[in-house]
Formats: sequence, C-alpha cells, structure tokens
Amino acid sequence: MSTSTEQHEQEHGMSDAGYIKIALILAAITALEVSTYYVDFGPLFMPSLMIMMVVKFVMVVSYFMHLKFDSRIFSFMFYTGLGLALFVYITALATFKFFIS
Amino acid sequence: MAIIERPGTGTTPVVATPQQTLGAVKRPVETKGWREWLFTVDHKKIGIMYGVVAMVFFIIGGVEALLIRLQLAMPDGQILSADKYNQMFTMHATTMVFLFAMPMAGAFANYFLPLQIGARDVAFPRINALSLWLLIIGGLVLNASWFLGGAADGGWFMYAPNSGPIFSPSHGVDFWVIGLQIAGVASLLGSINLIVTVVNMRAPGMSLMKMPVFTWMILVVQFLLVFSLPVITVALVLLMLQRSYGATFFDVSQGADPLLWQHLFWIFGHPEVYVLILPAFGIISEVLPTFARKPLFGYPFVVFSGASIGLVGFGVWAHHMFASGLGPVSVAVFSVATMAIAIPTGVKIFNWLLTMWGGKIWYTTAMNFAIGLVVLFTIGGLSGVTHSVAPSDTQQTDTYYIVAHFHYVLFGGMVFGLFSGFYYWWPKVFGKMLNEKLGAWNFWFMVIGMNLTFGPMHILGLQGQPRRMYVWTEARAGEGFFNLGFWNLIASIGSFILAVGVLFFLINVVITARSKKQAPLDPWDARTLEWLTTSPPKAHNFDRIPVVHHLDEFFHRKYEEDTATHTMKKVAEGEDLVRVEEEAADAHIHLPSPSYWPIVLSVGVGLLGLGTIYGIPMIVLGFAITLFASYGWILEPSVAEEIDFEPSNNDGNTKEIAPLG
Amino acid sequence: MAETATHTADHASEHGHETSTGLSNNKLAMWLFLGSECLLFGGLISTYMLYRGRVSDGPHPMAIFDIPFTSVSSFVLLMSSLTMVLAVTAAQRGDDSRTNLWLTITAVLGATFVGGQVYEFTAFIREGLGFSTSLFGSSFYTLTGFHGIHVSVGVLMLLSTVGIIRKNKITGNKAEVVEIVGLYWHFVDVVWIIIFTLVYLIPS
Ligand code: HEM
Ligand SMILES: [Cu+2]
Repeated sequence: MSTSTEQHEQEHGMSDAGYIKIALILAAITALEVSTYYVDFGPLFMPSLMIMMVVKFVMVVSYFMHLKFDSRIFSFMFYTGLGLALFVYITALATFKFFIS
Repeated sequence: MAIIERPGTGTTPVVATPQQTLGAVKRPVETKGWREWLFTVDHKKIGIMYGVVAMVFFIIGGVEALLIRLQLAMPDGQILSADKYNQMFTMHATTMVFLFAMPMAGAFANYFLPLQIGARDVAFPRINALSLWLLIIGGLVLNASWFLGGAADGGWFMYAPNSGPIFSPSHGVDFWVIGLQIAGVASLLGSINLIVTVVNMRAPGMSLMKMPVFTWMILVVQFLLVFSLPVITVALVLLMLQRSYGATFFDVSQGADPLLWQHLFWIFGHPEVYVLILPAFGIISEVLPTFARKPLFGYPFVVFSGASIGLVGFGVWAHHMFASGLGPVSVAVFSVATMAIAIPTGVKIFNWLLTMWGGKIWYTTAMNFAIGLVVLFTIGGLSGVTHSVAPSDTQQTDTYYIVAHFHYVLFGGMVFGLFSGFYYWWPKVFGKMLNEKLGAWNFWFMVIGMNLTFGPMHILGLQGQPRRMYVWTEARAGEGFFNLGFWNLIASIGSFILAVGVLFFLINVVITARSKKQAPLDPWDARTLEWLTTSPPKAHNFDRIPVVHHLDEFFHRKYEEDTATHTMKKVAEGEDLVRVEEEAADAHIHLPSPSYWPIVLSVGVGLLGLGTIYGIPMIVLGFAITLFASYGWILEPSVAEEIDFEPSNNDGNTKEIAPLG
Repeated sequence: MAETATHTADHASEHGHETSTGLSNNKLAMWLFLGSECLLFGGLISTYMLYRGRVSDGPHPMAIFDIPFTSVSSFVLLMSSLTMVLAVTAAQRGDDSRTNLWLTITAVLGATFVGGQVYEFTAFIREGLGFSTSLFGSSFYTLTGFHGIHVSVGVLMLLSTVGIIRKNKITGNKAEVVEIVGLYWHFVDVVWIIIFTLVYLIPS
C-alpha cells in the first residue's frame, strides 16, 4: 500500500506540504491584491491586478486541480472552454466599445 | 438489465436478472412491455425513442408550417390572426430546430455512435436516459404553452427587449425560456456523454483517424454543443429573471443595451447551425461511399474541414447582426470571417463529388437523398455567401430571401441527410428494409415540393416581401413575372407537395412494420463496424469486441486486394463474419442495469422550471423530487453488483467487458 | 446537474476494464463540464462588466462594497481549496477518517462563505440596492448569486460525500469520487478569484 501511495504522489508531483506552500503563496498574493485598494499603485494598478488574478487562477488549476500533472486531454477540454470564453466575450465587449472608454 | 450468458450460435442468450439492490429503492428488472422502455438505459432503445419523439415534433412543426403557408397563399389571408401567426412561426422554428433536428441527430448519434466505434454502450448509460427524458419534458413544457394562454411569439431568436414582459405579456415566452433551458441541459449532458464515449470507449485499434466520418462529425457537433449551450443558457436565465423576478437586463429605460441579447443568442446561434448540418454531412459521408462503391475521397480533408468549420463557427456570430448598427469595423471583420468559413464547406462538397466520380453508382433511395443534399445544400450555401457580403445582406436581411436561404440549407441539407440516414440504416435498426418504390415517391415529392416551396421565396425576398409578415394585399403585390401573389401561391402549393412526400415516408414505415420480410444482414455492402453484428443488434451489440485494423473495418474484412489486378475482391460475406464473431463470443457480459432515476429526476427538473411561472411551492416540490432522485441515483451502482444477481451456473469463466458508468 | 455526472459509478477501476485512453470516464466528463462552465460564468461576468456603471437612481458599486469584509470571505473560500486538496490526498492514502475530517472542514468554510454572502446581500438591500433597482443591481445579484448557488451545491456534495463514505455506500472508486468533487469545488473557487478582482477590486 505504501509503495503505491508513493507512486501516486510522484504521479501527481505534490505532497501535503507542497499544497500548503501553494496555499501560502495564494494567501500572500491575495493580501497584495487587497492592498491595491489602500495603496496607490498608479499606472501599475490594472496590470498588476490582472497579473495577480491570472497567477492565482493558474496556480489553483495547475496544482490543486492537478491539471499540470494530469493527462493533456483534460487540459484540452478545460482550456478550450476557457479560451473560447475569453475570445467570444472579449470580442463581444469590444463591439460595445467597452475597452475604449 | 442483466448478465448475458454466453450466447450460443442461434440460441437466445440466457438473461439473468438482478434480484436485490443496493439502491434506495428496488431496481427495475422488467425486460418486457412498456417498463422495458421507460426505465431502459440501452443506447439503442434510447436512440429509437429519440427518433420517435423527434418525428412527432417534425409532424407538429410541419403542420405549423402548412398553416403559415395557407395563411400566405392568398391575399388577405384569414386562417390566422396576426397574434396567432407570430406564435405559429416562432413555434414552427423552435420546434423544428430544438425538438426535431437536434433530437433526430441525437437519435442517430445514440444508436450508431457506440456501434460504429465497437462499444457496448455509451460511457454513461443512465445519463443518456436522463437526456432523453429531459428533452421530452422540455418539449412538453414548450408546447404546453399553446393550451395555457398562448405560445411564445418573439421569433425563434426571441430578441429582447421585444420578448420582455411589456411587449410579450402572455406566459408564452416564459414557457419557451424554461422549455429551452431544460432541453439545453438535456443536450449538454448528452454531448458530454458522447464525447467521453468517443474518447474512451473505442474498440482496440480504432485510432481517431480510423473512426467513421459520421462518428467524427457527431464528435465535432458535441464539442460545439458543450461550448455553445452555456451561452444561450446565460441569455435564457437573464430573460427569465427579467420576466419572472423583475430584473432589468433588457430594460432600455434603465440604460440596457438591446444588443446584449443578440450577442449572447448568436454566439450560441451560429455554432448551432453547424450543430444542425454536420450530422447530416456525417450521414451522407457514409452513404455516398457505400453506394458509389468507392472509399470516401480525402477522408482526412473531410475530417479536418469538419473540425475547422466547428472552430471557425465560433468566430462569425455577428454576421446575424450586420443590420443592427454594430459599427463598420465589426461588420468588416465578421464579414471576412464569414466568407472564410465557406472554404472548408466547399472542400467537403468537392470531396463528395470526387467520391462519386468514377464510381459504380447504385441509385437507392438513401443515395438519392444524399445526392439531393449535395445539390440543394450547395444552392443554399451559395445564397449564404451572398449574405456574408454585408452591403448585399443589408438588402436581404429580414426578407423571404433569408427564409429561402436557410430552408435550402436546413431542409435541402439537414432533412435530406436525415432521410438518407433513415433509408440507409432502417434495415440495421429494425431488421427490415423500407420499401424502395415508395422511397422513390417519397424522394421525388420531397425534391419537387421543396424546390417549389422555397425556390420562389428567393424572388419574393428580392422583391421585398418581409419575413414574418402575416398578410399581404393584392394592391401592393406588383405585376407580371414578379407578382407576389403568383409566387406565394406556388410556394404554398409546393409546401403541400412536400407534405405529401413526408406522408409517403410515414406510409412506408407502416407498411414496412407490417411486412414479414426480413432484411439481409448486409443489404448495401456497407463499410463500417455497425454492420458487423445482427440486425437489429443484440442487447450487447457485439458478441466479441472487434479489433480494428482499418478505416472501414467491415469492408476490409469482406474484401481483399487481388495483387494481380490491384482490385478489391470479395472474400467473405457479412453473414460469415458475424458467424465468426458469434462463435468467439465473450462468455459473460455485464450490461448496465435499468434505473428509475433518470425519469424521476427529469420530472423534478421540469417542476422546478415550471415553478418560475407557478410560484414557490412548485419550486420546492420540484427541488425535493430532484434531490430525492439524485440520492437514489448516487446510491445505485450503474451496473448491478454481482450479489444483485442470482448465482449464475457459469463455470467461473467471467471475462467482463462492461460499459462504464 | 453536475452531481449526476460526478457520482456515476465508475466500474473501470473496480473491474480493471481499460478505457481507450486509460483515463477515467468520470474525470473526463467533469473536466468537460468545467470547460463548459467557463462559458457560463464568462457570460454572466461580461454582462456584469457591461452594466456595472449603469446605476440609475440606485447606489454606485464603490459606495456600497465593503472591501475588508469581502476580502475575508474570499480568503475563507481560498483556504477551503487547501482543505479540499488535503481531503483528496487523504482519500488517495485510503485514510477515511482524515478524508471525512477535511471534507467537513471544507464544507464548513464553504458554508461560511455563503453565510457571508447572505449577510452582504441583506446589507446591500438595506442600503437601497434591490434586484430591480438598476442594471448594476440585477447583474451583480445574478452573477454573485449564481456563484453562491454553485458554492451551496458544492457544500451539499461535500456533506453527502462524507455521509456516503461513513455509511460505506460509495459506488465506484472512493478516492476518485472525492477527487471529482474536489475538481468542482476548486473550480468554484477559481471563479471567485476572478469575480473578486473584476467585480470588487477594479473600480468602475
Ligand atoms: C415542412 C417544411 C417547411 C415549410 C413549408 C416551412 C415554412 C416556413 C415559412 C413560410 C417560414 C417563414 C415564416 C415567416 O417569416 O413569416 C418559416 C420560418 C422558419 N423555418 Fe420553416 N418550413 C419548413 C421546414 C423547416 C425546417 C425543417 C426547419 C429547421 C430545422 C425550419 C426552420 C425555420 C426557421 C428557423 C424559421 C424562422 C422563423 C422566424 O422567423 O423566427 N423550417 N418556415
Ligand atoms: Cu451564422
């Protein structure tokens, strides 16, 4: 049993300690995000918020949801949906001149 | 159902039934009568039920179309009031698209996809049953509106704010919104199910590029559905919240943007048109090679053009909005993207033509319909290209020219493809051939009727007759060749010829059902795996799971290349091959067991939906039933456990190849 | 209808049947469903983005959002992802009691988040933002409400899983069931990561 468990963990590439580390990083990023509300980031405000959001998203999906270690077919299913969502909705918002104002 | 013991050649397999159950309620074990159908999870039975339901709705939608054409046959039509006319064309289109076309494609997909990939069922048989029952509930909700205060009247794309509570005060739109959400859930579950089936349940050796084209096209369609249905769900939810709970999404006085609905609808709507046509393309890609007695020309091109139609299909939706004040940049971009999508479609047409080229063509009814599709779809496709040019579209939009275009594509394309499939696969499903002579009547009446109905609509449209117009007057009908009255009459006469064509089909079905004559096992000298079993197939589909070595595996088992002449020579008959399979049958096959839960769950969901019209108590009731059924479902193993069966007297040789889920 | 898809018993692993790709049917179905959900939430988020500045006579987003409060509840949801993943590893080790413990904690954290949302909604209504007040109101409640329903369904799934594991009535592979419930849970969390930034932190 124990050997198969070890194999399992290797397959998924993470131990409990690893997950806790990820969670700490996520918490830190969240703190940073919230701080943008109180501290003036100037022109960096939007880009930094966006980047932090994407980093958090990708970290949860890749590590907590194992997508990084799992079959590529799963990634295909999920990221196709995500990519299409980004494409159609950003395009639609663009036709509303959403990004111009 | 059951464990099926080793089927001896020629004898019926012994069926053991589960005796107890781990579930909350005892399992259904009936294998006869109506219960067998109600609780079945067999993909073949579910496929047949999809077909029956779709056919019923085809007739309903057809009658609605005939009423429309009766109203417009003469000046100052008296058949329908303006209000009823609005309901009629809305429900005609909704019924045809969501309750006929999609379920009928679902019938073919359910029945043949597992057979074509050499599987014993779909990946999730119970979810498959759930999809069917949800669809039926959705269809009933949609049509119940006729009797409960009037049907929806906003046109099939139901533009808001016109469909909001102010302009459409009856409950029709509410029923429409709920019915479509339920049918949408059905379709979403179905598409996930079929994708998993194709990805995971293929017979050994069947790589993606050895899959039949029909399976490929169905796969592409399911991806389109998975990613487009949620978008229309958003639109429907927003409209429902506005109509039932006072949200303001489409309230222009609050500053709402009327284009929001249009975007959401057409982001779904354009992929949807490929959802409608690609299954038909898949069907004739099986039929044309079989009856031209040649392999499909350029299989990889057909596959990849299908996939790229799917992908590009997500980037052209705004061509339905050229006349909405989208802005010149958007119009230009979407115009070019739309022209681009004609390319992969054209590729397919040439593949089919080159498949027939030089073949020894056998003109059966199935083949006639397939050829009919190629011709009629091309006409519809060409008028479609004229819409992609935005300035020309501005002239055509909302006229009968559009109605002509999409009926050439939908009727000439999709419906002809489906009829081709009926004639081709009938012997497989029912073990009897449809009558070819009646088939010829069926075909010619439909071709002539179709062209008489929809051909004149090009002229009507270019002359300026608007679509969705409930009455016209002689005074403004014009003169001479372009007289609207003349062409309207022709179109109406055509529609009845068309209806007679469909009637021939129904008569054919009845006559065939009554006849005692069994079809040969391989009447068409077919090419794909679904023919490597009896007709109709046994409950477990294949006595042994075939190992695949070729595209067109069945053909390659029958034919071998004669090295001297480099021609294919028949070395075995279908019957021989099936006998070989029977002799090597697997000893012990587990099939998924029937279940009460799919039908119970779908009733719960239906009540939940209707609760948005009839109030909180119904929502609570629907929710309770849904929850109860979900737990029953979860606690019930999908394949009855070993202890659910009576001890089998089998000598421990239990090689199981059970479908999953 | 996520639950139905996830809990369908997977006999592949039990009987040693192989699928063409070697992947689990259930997991594949879940990922497809989540891919589809991206377009659902994308539509709701876009609707909100388009309408968030249109407040009619009602309050403006920036006037009513309580950023410290929402930050805390976002943090709670984020941490529930950690406890969820710990439940999954416990299940893979075959450790039922730990699995149940972590699942329960996850459910409690999720319920806390939903409770926070209910509190937030009542506060907003008191401040004059009704569902029909403005386009902002309608689209805000719809988006966050939809997400809240997803969280609630998740809580129900978590608690049901605990119950079923306790009674030993699970159909199919236990570790996989927990993993699939986890996928759904993490997805709900990920959606909130986006909502938190786009809705709350970026002023309109
Ligand atoms: C029995 C053969 C059919 C006839 C005679 C027929 C006739 C018509 C007519 C006359 C209209 C125009 C109504 C108006 O604009 O006032 C119409 C609309 C429409 N039809 Fe058909 N049709 C038939 C079959 C189909 C099929 C098979 C489909 C699709 C699967 C279909 C889809 C539609 C759609 C989408 C509309 C647009 C409705 C709207 O404006 O919202 N029809 N049909
Ligand atoms: Cu289109």
